Amino acid sequence: MEKRVFGPEGKGGVRRAIVLPWSKSLEISFKSLRVRFFRSMITVSSLVLAVSFLSFVLSSLNVAEGVLASGGADAAKRLLDAGYDVQVDAGTVAMTPKERWIVFLSMLVCAVGIVNAQLMSVTERFREIGVMKCLGALDAMVLRLFLLEAAMQGLAGSLAGALLGALFASLTGWIRFGWDALAFMPASGFALSVAISVGGGLMLSLAGVLYPAVVAARMRPINAIRAEH
Amino acid sequence: MNTDRHAIVRVIGVRKTFTMGKVEVEALKGVDLEIFAGEYISIMGPSGSGKSTLFNMIGGLDKPSDGKVFIDEVDISQLDAYELAWLRNRKIGYIFQTFNLIPVMTALENVTLPMTFAGMNEDEARDKGMELLELVGLAKRHHHKPLELSGGQQQRVAIARSLANDPAIILADEPTGNLDLTTGEEAIELLRSLSQDRGVTIISATHDYKMLNVSDRVVWIRDGMVDRVEKREELDISVGGIGETAGAEA
Repeated sequence: MEKRVFGPEGKGGVRRAIVLPWSKSLEISFKSLRVRFFRSMITVSSLVLAVSFLSFVLSSLNVAEGVLASGGADAAKRLLDAGYDVQVDAGTVAMTPKERWIVFLSMLVCAVGIVNAQLMSVTERFREIGVMKCLGALDAMVLRLFLLEAAMQGLAGSLAGALLGALFASLTGWIRFGWDALAFMPASGFALSVAISVGGGLMLSLAGVLYPAVVAARMRPINAIRAEH
Repeated sequence: MNTDRHAIVRVIGVRKTFTMGKVEVEALKGVDLEIFAGEYISIMGPSGSGKSTLFNMIGGLDKPSDGKVFIDEVDISQLDAYELAWLRNRKIGYIFQTFNLIPVMTALENVTLPMTFAGMNEDEARDKGMELLELVGLAKRHHHKPLELSGGQQQRVAIARSLANDPAIILADEPTGNLDLTTGEEAIELLRSLSQDRGVTIISATHDYKMLNVSDRVVWIRDGMVDRVEKREELDISVGGIGETAGAEA
Protein backbone atom coordinates (compact mmCIF):
# COMPACT_ATOMS: atom_id res chain seq x y z
CA MET A 1 0.00 0.00 0.00
CA GLU A 2 1.74 3.12 -1.21
CA LYS A 3 0.38 6.59 -1.15
CA ARG A 4 1.26 8.97 -3.89
CA VAL A 5 1.29 12.71 -3.74
CA PHE A 6 -0.17 13.72 -7.04
CA GLY A 7 -1.98 10.46 -7.48
CA PRO A 8 -3.93 9.30 -10.52
CA GLU A 9 -5.64 12.68 -10.92
CA GLY A 10 -2.21 14.18 -11.59
CA LYS A 11 -1.24 17.74 -11.08
CA GLY A 12 -4.61 18.94 -12.34
CA GLY A 13 -6.21 17.86 -9.09
CA VAL A 14 -4.08 20.43 -7.32
CA ARG A 15 -6.35 23.12 -8.62
CA ARG A 16 -9.11 22.06 -6.28
CA ALA A 17 -9.40 25.03 -4.04
CA ILE A 18 -8.50 25.29 -0.38
CA VAL A 19 -11.53 26.71 1.38
CA LEU A 20 -12.59 28.29 4.62
CA PRO A 21 -16.35 28.89 4.68
CA TRP A 22 -17.58 32.22 6.01
CA SER A 23 -19.44 30.63 8.90
CA LYS A 24 -16.24 28.89 9.99
CA SER A 25 -14.19 32.09 9.60
CA LEU A 26 -16.71 33.93 11.75
CA GLU A 27 -16.58 31.20 14.34
CA ILE A 28 -12.79 31.21 14.48
CA SER A 29 -12.50 35.01 14.71
CA PHE A 30 -15.22 35.19 17.32
CA LYS A 31 -13.50 32.54 19.39
CA SER A 32 -10.11 34.20 19.24
CA LEU A 33 -11.71 37.46 20.33
CA ARG A 34 -13.40 35.73 23.23
CA VAL A 35 -10.21 34.03 24.32
CA ARG A 36 -8.37 37.35 24.36
CA PHE A 37 -11.35 39.19 25.75
CA PHE A 38 -9.52 41.59 28.05
CA ARG A 39 -6.99 42.39 25.34
CA SER A 40 -9.59 43.16 22.72
CA MET A 41 -11.55 45.24 25.24
CA ILE A 42 -8.58 47.59 25.50
CA THR A 43 -8.43 47.98 21.73
CA VAL A 44 -12.17 48.51 21.63
CA SER A 45 -12.20 51.02 24.46
CA SER A 46 -10.07 53.53 22.56
CA LEU A 47 -12.48 53.17 19.67
CA VAL A 48 -15.45 53.67 21.99
CA LEU A 49 -13.97 56.90 23.29
CA ALA A 50 -13.17 58.35 19.86
CA VAL A 51 -16.52 57.35 18.37
CA SER A 52 -18.50 58.60 21.35
CA PHE A 53 -16.78 61.96 21.00
CA LEU A 54 -17.65 62.11 17.30
CA SER A 55 -21.19 61.08 18.03
CA PHE A 56 -21.45 63.62 20.88
CA VAL A 57 -20.32 66.48 18.64
CA LEU A 58 -22.65 65.49 15.80
CA SER A 59 -25.72 64.94 17.98
CA SER A 60 -25.07 68.17 19.88
CA LEU A 61 -25.51 69.93 16.56
CA ASN A 62 -28.86 68.17 16.12
CA VAL A 63 -29.89 69.26 19.58
CA ALA A 64 -28.87 72.82 18.76
CA GLU A 65 -30.99 72.61 15.59
CA GLY A 66 -33.85 71.55 17.83
CA VAL A 67 -33.32 74.63 19.95
CA LEU A 68 -33.27 76.77 16.83
CA ALA A 69 -36.51 75.23 15.57
CA SER A 70 -38.23 75.70 18.90
CA GLY A 71 -37.26 79.28 19.68
CA GLY A 72 -36.50 81.29 16.48
CA ALA A 73 -34.32 84.42 16.67
CA ASP A 74 -34.09 84.46 20.43
CA ALA A 75 -32.81 80.88 20.46
CA ALA A 76 -30.30 81.72 17.73
CA LYS A 77 -28.77 84.36 19.95
CA ARG A 78 -28.58 81.97 22.88
CA LEU A 79 -26.82 79.41 20.67
CA LEU A 80 -24.37 82.00 19.35
CA ASP A 81 -23.59 82.98 22.90
CA ALA A 82 -23.07 79.34 23.76
CA GLY A 83 -20.41 79.18 21.01
CA TYR A 84 -22.31 77.44 18.20
CA ASP A 85 -21.80 78.32 14.54
CA VAL A 86 -25.41 79.13 13.57
CA GLN A 87 -26.81 79.73 10.08
CA VAL A 88 -30.11 81.35 11.04
CA ASP A 89 -31.54 81.53 7.51
CA ALA A 90 -30.97 77.88 6.74
CA GLY A 91 -32.00 76.80 10.24
CA THR A 92 -28.84 74.71 10.63
CA VAL A 93 -25.96 74.63 13.05
CA ALA A 94 -22.44 73.64 11.93
CA MET A 95 -19.28 72.51 13.68
CA THR A 96 -16.81 75.24 14.48
CA PRO A 97 -13.36 74.81 12.89
CA LYS A 98 -11.92 74.11 16.32
CA GLU A 99 -14.37 71.27 16.93
CA ARG A 100 -13.59 69.83 13.55
CA TRP A 101 -9.91 69.74 14.41
CA ILE A 102 -10.44 68.10 17.74
CA VAL A 103 -12.67 65.43 16.22
CA PHE A 104 -10.10 64.79 13.51
CA LEU A 105 -7.28 64.55 16.01
CA SER A 106 -9.18 62.19 18.28
CA MET A 107 -9.86 59.89 15.33
CA LEU A 108 -6.20 60.02 14.33
CA VAL A 109 -4.99 59.13 17.80
CA CYS A 110 -7.49 56.30 17.90
CA ALA A 111 -6.33 54.96 14.51
CA VAL A 112 -2.71 54.94 15.66
CA GLY A 113 -3.76 53.13 18.83
CA ILE A 114 -5.58 50.48 16.84
CA VAL A 115 -2.64 49.89 14.49
CA ASN A 116 -0.39 49.53 17.51
CA ALA A 117 -2.68 47.10 19.32
CA GLN A 118 -3.26 45.00 16.21
CA LEU A 119 0.44 44.81 15.37
CA MET A 120 1.02 43.45 18.84
CA SER A 121 -1.76 40.97 18.42
CA VAL A 122 -0.17 39.77 15.15
CA THR A 123 3.24 39.39 16.79
CA GLU A 124 1.68 37.46 19.62
CA ARG A 125 0.10 35.10 17.13
CA PHE A 126 3.04 34.59 14.77
CA ARG A 127 3.22 30.93 15.60
CA GLU A 128 -0.51 30.37 15.34
CA ILE A 129 -0.53 31.97 11.89
CA GLY A 130 2.47 29.92 10.83
CA VAL A 131 0.83 26.70 11.92
CA MET A 132 -2.33 27.57 10.02
CA LYS A 133 -0.24 28.15 6.93
CA CYS A 134 1.53 24.84 7.38
CA LEU A 135 -1.90 23.24 7.49
CA GLY A 136 -2.69 24.81 4.14
CA ALA A 137 -4.25 28.18 4.92
CA LEU A 138 -3.95 30.74 2.11
CA ASP A 139 -2.83 34.34 2.62
CA ALA A 140 -6.36 35.50 1.89
CA MET A 141 -7.74 33.39 4.75
CA VAL A 142 -5.40 34.86 7.32
CA LEU A 143 -6.25 38.33 6.03
CA ARG A 144 -9.93 37.54 6.25
CA LEU A 145 -9.71 36.29 9.83
CA PHE A 146 -7.99 39.47 10.96
CA LEU A 147 -10.40 41.71 9.06
CA LEU A 148 -13.38 39.87 10.51
CA GLU A 149 -12.03 40.26 14.01
CA ALA A 150 -11.48 43.96 13.43
CA ALA A 151 -14.95 44.32 11.95
CA MET A 152 -16.51 42.69 15.00
CA GLN A 153 -14.47 44.83 17.35
CA GLY A 154 -15.26 47.89 15.24
CA LEU A 155 -18.97 47.22 15.16
CA ALA A 156 -19.26 46.58 18.89
CA GLY A 157 -17.06 49.55 19.80
CA SER A 158 -18.70 51.97 17.39
CA LEU A 159 -22.23 51.01 18.41
CA ALA A 160 -21.42 51.45 22.08
CA GLY A 161 -19.57 54.69 21.41
CA ALA A 162 -22.20 56.18 19.13
CA LEU A 163 -25.04 55.46 21.55
CA LEU A 164 -23.03 56.74 24.48
CA GLY A 165 -22.18 59.99 22.68
CA ALA A 166 -25.75 60.53 21.51
CA LEU A 167 -27.07 59.88 24.99
CA PHE A 168 -24.73 62.42 26.55
CA ALA A 169 -25.48 65.00 23.86
CA SER A 170 -29.22 64.61 24.54
CA LEU A 171 -28.70 64.83 28.29
CA THR A 172 -26.59 67.99 28.15
CA GLY A 173 -29.03 69.50 25.63
CA TRP A 174 -31.93 68.75 27.93
CA ILE A 175 -30.16 70.29 30.92
CA ARG A 176 -28.99 73.39 29.06
CA PHE A 177 -31.91 74.18 26.80
CA GLY A 178 -34.82 72.31 28.31
CA TRP A 179 -37.18 69.69 26.92
CA ASP A 180 -38.09 71.72 23.81
CA ALA A 181 -34.61 71.27 22.37
CA LEU A 182 -35.17 67.51 22.21
CA ALA A 183 -38.83 67.71 21.18
CA PHE A 184 -38.02 69.87 18.15
CA MET A 185 -34.85 68.03 17.26
CA PRO A 186 -34.90 66.60 13.71
CA ALA A 187 -35.14 62.84 14.30
CA SER A 188 -33.71 61.88 10.90
CA GLY A 189 -30.71 64.13 11.46
CA PHE A 190 -30.13 62.56 14.85
CA ALA A 191 -30.32 59.05 13.42
CA LEU A 192 -27.94 60.10 10.66
CA SER A 193 -25.43 61.37 13.25
CA VAL A 194 -25.48 58.04 15.04
CA ALA A 195 -25.18 56.16 11.75
CA ILE A 196 -22.24 58.30 10.62
CA SER A 197 -20.49 57.66 13.94
CA VAL A 198 -20.98 53.89 13.69
CA GLY A 199 -19.81 53.86 10.08
CA GLY A 200 -16.83 56.06 10.87
CA GLY A 201 -15.79 53.84 13.77
CA LEU A 202 -16.08 50.70 11.67
CA MET A 203 -13.96 52.22 8.90
CA LEU A 204 -11.39 53.32 11.46
CA SER A 205 -11.16 49.84 12.94
CA LEU A 206 -10.76 48.22 9.50
CA ALA A 207 -8.22 50.80 8.34
CA GLY A 208 -6.23 50.26 11.52
CA VAL A 209 -6.01 46.48 11.07
CA LEU A 210 -5.16 46.56 7.37
CA TYR A 211 -1.40 46.90 7.67
CA PRO A 212 -1.00 44.42 10.57
CA ALA A 213 -3.23 41.93 8.76
CA VAL A 214 -1.22 42.18 5.55
CA VAL A 215 1.97 41.62 7.56
CA ALA A 216 0.39 38.50 9.07
CA ALA A 217 -0.94 37.17 5.79
CA ARG A 218 2.33 37.59 3.90
CA MET A 219 4.41 35.84 6.53
CA ARG A 220 6.12 32.71 5.29
CA PRO A 221 5.33 29.71 7.46
CA ILE A 222 8.98 28.89 7.99
CA ASN A 223 9.61 32.26 9.66
CA ALA A 224 6.54 31.92 11.79
CA ILE A 225 7.53 28.50 13.06
CA ARG A 226 11.05 29.70 13.73
CA ALA A 227 9.87 32.81 15.59
CA GLU A 228 9.37 30.87 18.79
CA HIS A 229 12.94 29.63 19.14
CA MET B 1 16.70 -0.75 -2.17
CA ASN B 2 14.34 -2.04 -4.84
CA THR B 3 14.76 0.07 -7.91
CA ASP B 4 11.16 -0.43 -8.97
CA ARG B 5 9.85 1.46 -5.97
CA HIS B 6 8.37 4.86 -6.44
CA ALA B 7 10.59 7.75 -5.34
CA ILE B 8 8.20 10.07 -3.55
CA VAL B 9 10.85 12.65 -2.68
CA ARG B 10 13.90 13.36 -4.81
CA VAL B 11 16.42 15.94 -3.68
CA ILE B 12 18.98 16.91 -6.33
CA GLY B 13 22.04 19.04 -5.67
CA VAL B 14 20.34 21.22 -3.09
CA ARG B 15 22.33 24.07 -1.63
CA LYS B 16 21.13 26.66 0.81
CA THR B 17 22.91 29.80 1.87
CA PHE B 18 21.75 32.01 4.69
CA THR B 19 22.96 35.52 5.18
CA MET B 20 23.52 36.16 8.85
CA GLY B 21 24.34 39.82 9.20
CA LYS B 22 27.23 40.22 6.75
CA VAL B 23 28.39 36.63 6.89
CA GLU B 24 27.13 34.06 4.42
CA VAL B 25 26.57 30.66 5.94
CA GLU B 26 26.20 27.64 3.71
CA ALA B 27 23.78 25.38 5.54
CA LEU B 28 23.53 22.80 2.76
CA LYS B 29 26.38 22.13 0.38
CA GLY B 30 24.82 20.04 -2.33
CA VAL B 31 22.58 17.29 -1.03
CA ASP B 32 21.26 14.42 -3.14
CA LEU B 33 18.68 12.12 -1.65
CA GLU B 34 15.92 9.78 -2.75
CA ILE B 35 13.10 8.71 -0.49
CA PHE B 36 10.75 5.94 -1.54
CA ALA B 37 7.04 5.75 -0.92
CA GLY B 38 6.12 4.03 2.33
CA GLU B 39 9.58 4.32 3.81
CA TYR B 40 10.36 5.40 7.35
CA ILE B 41 13.38 7.66 7.06
CA SER B 42 15.31 9.28 9.87
CA ILE B 43 17.54 12.21 9.12
CA MET B 44 20.15 12.19 11.84
CA GLY B 45 22.75 14.77 12.63
CA PRO B 46 23.93 17.13 15.32
CA SER B 47 22.27 20.53 15.60
CA GLY B 48 23.71 22.96 13.11
CA SER B 49 24.40 20.20 10.60
CA GLY B 50 21.80 21.49 8.17
CA LYS B 51 19.36 18.75 9.07
CA SER B 52 16.45 21.08 9.81
CA THR B 53 17.18 23.10 6.69
CA LEU B 54 17.03 20.01 4.50
CA PHE B 55 13.89 18.96 6.29
CA ASN B 56 12.21 22.31 5.62
CA MET B 57 13.11 22.06 1.92
CA ILE B 58 11.49 18.64 1.64
CA GLY B 59 8.38 20.01 3.32
CA GLY B 60 8.10 22.91 0.92
CA LEU B 61 8.52 25.35 3.80
CA ASP B 62 11.71 26.81 2.39
CA LYS B 63 13.22 27.16 -1.06
CA PRO B 64 16.70 25.98 -1.98
CA SER B 65 19.27 28.57 -3.16
CA ASP B 66 20.32 26.08 -5.80
CA GLY B 67 19.23 22.60 -6.85
CA LYS B 68 15.79 21.04 -6.96
CA VAL B 69 13.35 19.23 -4.74
CA PHE B 70 10.85 16.95 -6.45
CA ILE B 71 7.83 15.57 -4.67
CA ASP B 72 6.24 12.83 -6.71
CA GLU B 73 8.27 14.03 -9.70
CA VAL B 74 6.89 17.57 -9.41
CA ASP B 75 9.45 20.32 -8.86
CA ILE B 76 8.05 22.18 -5.87
CA SER B 77 9.81 25.42 -6.74
CA GLN B 78 7.48 25.56 -9.74
CA LEU B 79 4.32 25.46 -7.63
CA ASP B 80 2.35 28.65 -7.04
CA ALA B 81 0.91 29.72 -3.70
CA TYR B 82 -2.34 27.78 -4.20
CA GLU B 83 -0.60 24.59 -5.19
CA LEU B 84 1.78 24.86 -2.26
CA ALA B 85 -1.12 25.40 0.13
CA TRP B 86 -2.86 22.39 -1.39
CA LEU B 87 0.29 20.29 -0.99
CA ARG B 88 0.64 21.31 2.67
CA ASN B 89 -3.01 20.77 3.33
CA ARG B 90 -3.66 17.39 1.76
CA LYS B 91 -0.43 15.66 0.99
CA ILE B 92 2.00 16.53 3.75
CA GLY B 93 1.38 16.26 7.48
CA TYR B 94 3.68 18.18 9.78
CA ILE B 95 4.72 17.27 13.30
CA PHE B 96 6.90 19.71 15.21
CA GLN B 97 9.21 19.48 18.18
CA THR B 98 7.15 22.06 20.05
CA PHE B 99 3.83 20.46 19.03
CA ASN B 100 2.52 23.78 17.67
CA LEU B 101 -1.12 23.16 18.37
CA ILE B 102 -3.29 26.24 18.15
CA PRO B 103 -3.71 27.22 21.81
CA VAL B 104 -7.17 28.75 21.54
CA MET B 105 -8.71 25.64 19.98
CA THR B 106 -9.65 22.34 21.59
CA ALA B 107 -7.89 19.11 20.67
CA LEU B 108 -10.73 18.17 18.33
CA GLU B 109 -10.78 21.59 16.65
CA ASN B 110 -7.04 21.37 16.14
CA VAL B 111 -7.44 18.02 14.41
CA THR B 112 -10.37 19.11 12.24
CA LEU B 113 -8.88 22.44 11.10
CA PRO B 114 -6.99 20.96 8.12
CA MET B 115 -10.19 19.10 7.13
CA THR B 116 -12.10 22.38 7.19
CA PHE B 117 -9.48 23.89 4.89
CA ALA B 118 -9.91 20.89 2.62
CA GLY B 119 -13.63 21.63 2.36
CA MET B 120 -14.95 18.71 4.35
CA ASN B 121 -18.32 19.37 5.97
CA GLU B 122 -18.49 19.84 9.70
CA ASP B 123 -20.17 16.57 10.73
CA GLU B 124 -17.85 14.45 8.64
CA ALA B 125 -14.85 16.36 9.96
CA ARG B 126 -15.98 15.86 13.56
CA ASP B 127 -16.46 12.12 13.04
CA LYS B 128 -13.09 11.73 11.39
CA GLY B 129 -11.44 13.93 14.00
CA MET B 130 -12.83 11.75 16.79
CA GLU B 131 -11.69 8.66 14.92
CA LEU B 132 -8.14 10.01 14.71
CA LEU B 133 -8.13 11.04 18.37
CA GLU B 134 -9.33 7.53 19.17
CA LEU B 135 -6.40 6.19 17.16
CA VAL B 136 -3.93 8.14 19.30
CA GLY B 137 -5.86 7.27 22.46
CA LEU B 138 -7.19 10.72 23.31
CA ALA B 139 -10.84 10.55 22.32
CA LYS B 140 -11.90 11.22 25.91
CA ARG B 141 -9.93 14.45 26.02
CA HIS B 142 -11.19 15.92 22.76
CA HIS B 143 -12.65 19.03 24.39
CA HIS B 144 -9.43 19.96 26.21
CA LYS B 145 -7.30 22.89 25.11
CA PRO B 146 -3.62 22.10 24.40
CA LEU B 147 -2.43 23.74 27.61
CA GLU B 148 -4.60 21.36 29.60
CA LEU B 149 -2.78 18.39 28.09
CA SER B 150 0.64 16.95 28.90
CA GLY B 151 3.48 17.19 26.39
CA GLY B 152 3.03 13.60 25.27
CA GLN B 153 -0.70 14.11 24.83
CA GLN B 154 -0.16 17.31 22.87
CA GLN B 155 2.22 15.50 20.57
CA ARG B 156 -0.35 12.75 20.05
CA VAL B 157 -2.94 15.37 19.13
CA ALA B 158 -0.38 16.80 16.70
CA ILE B 159 0.10 13.33 15.20
CA ALA B 160 -3.67 13.00 14.81
CA ARG B 161 -3.75 16.42 13.15
CA SER B 162 -0.98 15.48 10.74
CA LEU B 163 -3.17 12.59 9.56
CA ALA B 164 -6.24 14.75 9.05
CA ASN B 165 -6.36 14.64 5.27
CA ASP B 166 -4.71 11.23 4.81
CA PRO B 167 -1.38 12.64 3.70
CA ALA B 168 1.12 10.68 1.66
CA ILE B 169 4.06 12.07 3.61
CA ILE B 170 4.46 12.91 7.28
CA LEU B 171 7.31 15.22 8.18
CA ALA B 172 8.29 15.02 11.81
CA ASP B 173 10.82 17.57 13.04
CA GLU B 174 12.40 16.30 16.27
CA PRO B 175 9.07 14.75 17.30
CA THR B 176 10.53 13.41 20.54
CA GLY B 177 12.71 16.43 21.31
CA ASN B 178 10.45 17.81 24.01
CA LEU B 179 9.23 14.49 25.38
CA ASP B 180 10.59 12.27 28.12
CA LEU B 181 11.81 8.75 27.46
CA THR B 182 8.50 6.90 27.82
CA THR B 183 6.24 9.35 26.02
CA GLY B 184 8.91 9.70 23.34
CA GLU B 185 8.87 5.95 22.80
CA GLU B 186 5.09 5.99 22.62
CA ALA B 187 5.18 8.68 19.96
CA ILE B 188 7.76 6.73 17.96
CA GLU B 189 5.71 3.54 18.25
CA LEU B 190 2.65 5.42 17.04
CA LEU B 191 4.52 6.75 14.01
CA ARG B 192 5.89 3.32 13.21
CA SER B 193 2.47 1.71 13.30
CA LEU B 194 1.12 4.48 11.07
CA SER B 195 3.80 3.90 8.49
CA GLN B 196 3.08 0.17 8.51
CA ASP B 197 -0.72 0.26 8.59
CA ARG B 198 -1.38 3.24 6.42
CA GLY B 199 1.57 3.18 4.05
CA VAL B 200 2.47 6.75 4.89
CA THR B 201 6.00 7.84 4.13
CA ILE B 202 7.53 9.16 7.33
CA ILE B 203 10.47 11.49 7.23
CA SER B 204 11.77 12.57 10.56
CA ALA B 205 14.64 14.84 11.52
CA THR B 206 16.01 13.77 14.83
CA HIS B 207 18.99 13.15 17.02
CA ASP B 208 17.14 10.66 19.15
CA TYR B 209 18.76 7.23 18.87
CA LYS B 210 15.48 5.54 19.81
CA MET B 211 14.32 6.47 16.33
CA LEU B 212 16.88 4.17 14.73
CA ASN B 213 15.03 1.01 15.79
CA VAL B 214 12.04 1.80 13.66
CA SER B 215 13.66 3.50 10.66
CA ASP B 216 13.98 1.71 7.36
CA ARG B 217 16.91 3.93 6.49
CA VAL B 218 18.93 6.51 8.32
CA VAL B 219 20.44 9.48 6.56
CA TRP B 220 23.36 11.00 8.42
CA ILE B 221 23.95 14.65 7.75
CA ARG B 222 27.20 16.36 8.64
CA ASP B 223 28.35 19.84 7.73
CA GLY B 224 25.58 20.36 5.21
CA MET B 225 26.24 17.16 3.32
CA VAL B 226 24.98 13.61 3.35
CA ASP B 227 27.62 11.76 5.31
CA ARG B 228 26.19 8.30 4.76
CA VAL B 229 22.89 6.50 4.28
CA GLU B 230 22.33 3.26 6.14
CA LYS B 231 19.65 0.62 6.00
CA ARG B 232 18.32 -0.76 9.24
CA GLU B 233 20.10 -4.09 8.75
CA GLU B 234 23.47 -2.37 8.65
CA LEU B 235 22.81 -0.14 11.63
CA ASP B 236 23.88 -2.31 14.56
CA ILE B 237 27.30 -2.79 13.04
CA SER B 238 28.11 0.83 12.48
CA VAL B 239 26.40 2.27 15.53
CA GLY B 240 28.00 -0.36 17.72
CA GLY B 241 27.68 0.34 21.42
CA ILE B 242 24.76 2.70 21.17
CA GLY B 243 22.56 0.33 19.28
CA GLU B 244 22.01 -2.32 21.92
CA THR B 245 18.26 -2.35 21.34
CA ALA B 246 18.81 -1.88 17.63
CA GLY B 247 20.88 -5.04 17.64
CA ALA B 248 18.20 -6.95 19.51
CA GLU B 249 15.57 -5.89 17.01
CA ALA B 250 17.65 -6.90 14.00
